[in-house]
Amino acid sequence: MGEAAKKLPNIVINPKLCKGCSICVDFCPTNVLEMRGTCVAVKDLAACTRCQLCDLRCPDFAIQVFD
Amino acid sequence: MSTPVSAEKKEKISVPFDYNKYLRPNKLPHIWCPGCGHGIVLKAMLRAIDKAGLEKDNIALVSGIGCSSRTPGYVDFNTLHTLHGRALPFATGIKMARPDMKVIVVTGDGDALAIGGNHFIHACRRNIDLTVLVFTNAVYGMTGGQYSPTSPLGAIATTSRYGNVEPPFDTCEIAKAAGATFVARGTAYHTLELEKTIHEALAHKGTSVVDILDACPTYFGRMNKYKSATHMMETMEKDGTVSVKQVDKLPADKVQGKMLRGVLHKIERPEYCEQYASLVQEKAQGK
Repeated sequence: MGEAAKKLPNIVINPKLCKGCSICVDFCPTNVLEMRGTCVAVKDLAACTRCQLCDLRCPDFAIQVFD
Repeated sequence: MSTPVSAEKKEKISVPFDYNKYLRPNKLPHIWCPGCGHGIVLKAMLRAIDKAGLEKDNIALVSGIGCSSRTPGYVDFNTLHTLHGRALPFATGIKMARPDMKVIVVTGDGDALAIGGNHFIHACRRNIDLTVLVFTNAVYGMTGGQYSPTSPLGAIATTSRYGNVEPPFDTCEIAKAAGATFVARGTAYHTLELEKTIHEALAHKGTSVVDILDACPTYFGRMNKYKSATHMMETMEKDGTVSVKQVDKLPADKVQGKMLRGVLHKIERPEYCEQYASLVQEKAQGK
């Protein structure tokens, strides 16, 4: 399967719930996320390994990763 | 940096999880500060409850006063937000009236061990079937960052500007000494392990106490020179604890001064409600 055909995960961020603590950004092992102002944003979706650490350690119910 | 979860483990993990099933979504966002560990613990608790297959209407979540005690406001169970330190007496009452119900107590370290210290030891002594989750952030966050019974020696707080001189309590040792039949410790950093520990605590018959270390970046973190919530989680929770399964394999210098994590004590002892019910039945039959 070529790189282009690789299925990307769907990272759902709720900006109304995100408080900008940056825990998800710091713990992401492949640097997928970044802070934009006081809310998290996706920087490099293709690098996501679906490890779910951002979801597991988000205290605010603000981020989830779906297949 | 954390390593990614392997494919084998990934199949077992319970995320993505539909938290809205158990939440009152109109109550969010919660009041906890950015980076507060309580939200992480709440999520682990919800996943553990789901794993245990408990009915929403069959759970009573009881809390006292404090940051951690705001938890029942956000979840769609039978919830009770009670007096400071008195969550355990209320929970005991619920359990006595409805022994079929699963009663969970969420409480902070100050709430459980200082203001409600006597209730805590007596609930453990009775071995009544309650699951007690103690959110240990080592500070009274809601009232402005006073030091608590679990603040480490030398910690700066608003009431210990030159460092705390009182030695801290070890929640697990107290619970064990007082007679709790299931005693465990988890951290917000090791969130999957915490989920497993809470699941095990829910399955246990008798008083189960889980001491959960989480970070208060706003008060404890700022006053004790932690850079961020992540820094607190890495230094206090990851580097400050060692798993009870690994402790024998590690050299002594890597274990020294660290807290043990995992199930620390598990025994079987007659449960209070059952003993009480059998006594009532015995007397009703005129024996």
